[in-house]
Amino acid sequence: MIIELGHFALILALVVAVVQSSVPLLGASRHNHGWMAVARPAALAQFVLVFIAMAALTHAYITSDFTVINVIENSHTDKPLLYKVSGVWGNHEGSMLLWVFILAICSAAVAVFSDNLPRELRARVLAVQGMISVGFLLFILFTSNPFLRAFPPPSNGHGLNPVLQDPGLAFHPPFLYLGYVGFSVSFAFAVAALIEGRVDAAWARWVRPWALASWCALTVGIALGSWWAYYTLGWGGWWFWDPVENASFMPWLVGTALIHSAIVVEKRDTLKSWTILLAIITFSLSLVGTFLVRSGVLTSVHAFAVDPARGSFILLLLLVAIGGSLTLYAARAPALKSGGVFAPISREGALVLNNILLASAAATVFLGTLYPLFLDAVGGPKITVGPPYFNQTFGPIMVPVLVALAAGPLLAWKRGDVLGAVQRLWIAFGAAFLVVLGGLYVTQGGPVLAVLGLGLAAFTGVGAIVEWADRLRLLRIPLGQSFGRAVNLPRAAYGMTIAHVGFALSVAGISAAAFSVEHIDIVKLGGTLEVGGYSMKLVKVDEIPGPNFVAEDATIEITRDGALVTIAHPQRRFFEVQQQTTSLTSIRSSVLADLYVALGESDSKGGWTIRAYYKPLISWIWLGALVMAAGGMVSLSDRRWRVGAAKRLRGSAVPAAAE
Amino acid sequence: MRKSLYALPVLLFLIVAGYFAVPLFSGRDPHELPSAMIDKPLPAFDLPALAGGANISNASLLGRVVVINFFASWCVPCKVEHPVLMRLATKEKLPLIGIAYKDEPAASQKELTNGGDPYLQVAIDRKGLTGLDFGVYGVPETYVVDKSGHIRKRFVGPLNAETVERELLPLLRELNRS
Repeated sequence: MIIELGHFALILALVVAVVQSSVPLLGASRHNHGWMAVARPAALAQFVLVFIAMAALTHAYITSDFTVINVIENSHTDKPLLYKVSGVWGNHEGSMLLWVFILAICSAAVAVFSDNLPRELRARVLAVQGMISVGFLLFILFTSNPFLRAFPPPSNGHGLNPVLQDPGLAFHPPFLYLGYVGFSVSFAFAVAALIEGRVDAAWARWVRPWALASWCALTVGIALGSWWAYYTLGWGGWWFWDPVENASFMPWLVGTALIHSAIVVEKRDTLKSWTILLAIITFSLSLVGTFLVRSGVLTSVHAFAVDPARGSFILLLLLVAIGGSLTLYAARAPALKSGGVFAPISREGALVLNNILLASAAATVFLGTLYPLFLDAVGGPKITVGPPYFNQTFGPIMVPVLVALAAGPLLAWKRGDVLGAVQRLWIAFGAAFLVVLGGLYVTQGGPVLAVLGLGLAAFTGVGAIVEWADRLRLLRIPLGQSFGRAVNLPRAAYGMTIAHVGFALSVAGISAAAFSVEHIDIVKLGGTLEVGGYSMKLVKVDEIPGPNFVAEDATIEITRDGALVTIAHPQRRFFEVQQQTTSLTSIRSSVLADLYVALGESDSKGGWTIRAYYKPLISWIWLGALVMAAGGMVSLSDRRWRVGAAKRLRGSAVPAAAE
Repeated sequence: MRKSLYALPVLLFLIVAGYFAVPLFSGRDPHELPSAMIDKPLPAFDLPALAGGANISNASLLGRVVVINFFASWCVPCKVEHPVLMRLATKEKLPLIGIAYKDEPAASQKELTNGGDPYLQVAIDRKGLTGLDFGVYGVPETYVVDKSGHIRKRFVGPLNAETVERELLPLLRELNRS
């Protein structure tokens, strides 16, 4: 019964979405207030309906309702509650529903918080959101319905893929989707602006917080996915340039460009058509990311479904959404008037450079990801494009990004002073130099490129802090005054500094990956394995029963110079329902290095394969990502977003809210 | 800026979309892994034989139809495939050449001694470099080579009774006739 309610609610949501996508749009073009006013209640109604659908499916999972095909295929009574819930989106149908649910949340949020938006713009934005919703709801109801029943019901389900039964991965898709779908708002704003033919600072003010929030969620989502790969796959790797990873990385790169170019629109009233294009491309790549992963077009470890009906539908949907918006762009963008002019060497110039580089980086990843597919389409051989391509093409593009990132914020708007910026960065140059020197000394002929990478990270990180200190005029005016400036500095400025430092941390972690040491061997009980100056002694291997698996649990004593460091417990888990084994690595993390131990197969003669890695600075990769996302959140808390339109800002003398 | 420039994104998109449409509608199985080596001569190799004696090379296999099977003692799917190979060797008298891929020679030998040896000859590809030349994705993989030393067919993953009956044996009959 509850399932049918959910199904009904979803069908009703489709009907409402059709209304939401058409009536307000017509109303906006005819200046009919009544028709435009339909947008808000429609968006709210849709939210309630999709919420009911989502709740119904979640209920079916929690109660293990095996009359629902989707639950049978992806759940099992023995599964812990967390994975019953995450099972809702751990499969194709449910993840699509989650997508629409997040979309409904975003639309409802736009509807509720858009009082100060011009009526026409609001109606159009919500109408575009409605169109996206129509597309997805049609897709779900016709090709991927999670509410189908099975009769007779089986006694138990097939269970969730064991590799996916992990806290990191339980939250990875929601964050990723929050990012993908969040960009739909900037997309809707871009399309609405194109229909209207007008882009101004108030528009950018609306788009940027949405883009920023989506970007934060996407950053966290990607970091979670990478962290999960690192600690569960048991190879010590954390990024494989797998098409599915790239699918989430491309919108991130273009989204990063978007949040930067939107600054220029907001502050300088220029780069409008470019920003609109970025908003369209970011969301297009999000759509591609959502769909290609699920259509089986990209054959990969992640592929969920191979189904031509879905494939054609997806292609049609992409064609309409991306092709339609880009056609609109071709027709309307030339009419957008550009505002302020600027010299090449200026803050705007640096942001343009940043945009060009990030867009090129995204294009590189796009080419590497899709080239095998192009080749296949024209009947060429099946090939894979692997890390060597990406490392050689992507790496060099990131070098100027890092340099520009440190120098850009030091340049003034309109016309900047390179020499002055370089002079102010002397501390950053010094830091980079010391790091390179120290790195070369410590590694003694180790990988030089990695040492240079660390130096570059130091330059960027210190450069970001120098910029902050520069704003406070630290050490140039009395400390008390600097403190006063620090208090009054807008949160957006803090957000930028934090995010840039986070980026530098990630780059440092990535560069240091070249220093990691690994050792794989078969170790007998009582035997030892040496890695990175640590000695690992295999004490015993026990069998431990889990809720839905049986684990081989190794006890490994890790010592350094005879002193006990820690006792590691890597496991291999065997899942009976799926006949599948996963590994649970034991990682001893510290700020300086990770000690990573994974248990491999037994050689059935009393020996086990043990993989051990010593990875300096590796945790900085994810730490940096979190810091970046935190920077974004700090920037989001800036009061100018809450105050909203520029005209209100002038009138209000409200002190910065204490929160 | 010229107006046509703004149409560039949509044009690029349409081209990309066209490329996506082709594999989707061509009806080909996306899981098929055709080899770039089909109808090409065997890559040159010269590997020590597991049994000792003369090396096994691409030249030494010329003049007869052979089936080259990459395997390893550490590979679980190979154990699944093993009974199929044994049957082919004893019943069909298939000329099977084994290549022990990235494997300890002693371990390969032990595997064959314990489980039975379906191969006429076994070559040792200790570092897997020959496998790389063949384009091996993972073991087991099987290649059918004609009398002139050209690769005619590749089978990815363990052979099973069905593929043997439907694809491998008919192909071998055809190649032996010519």
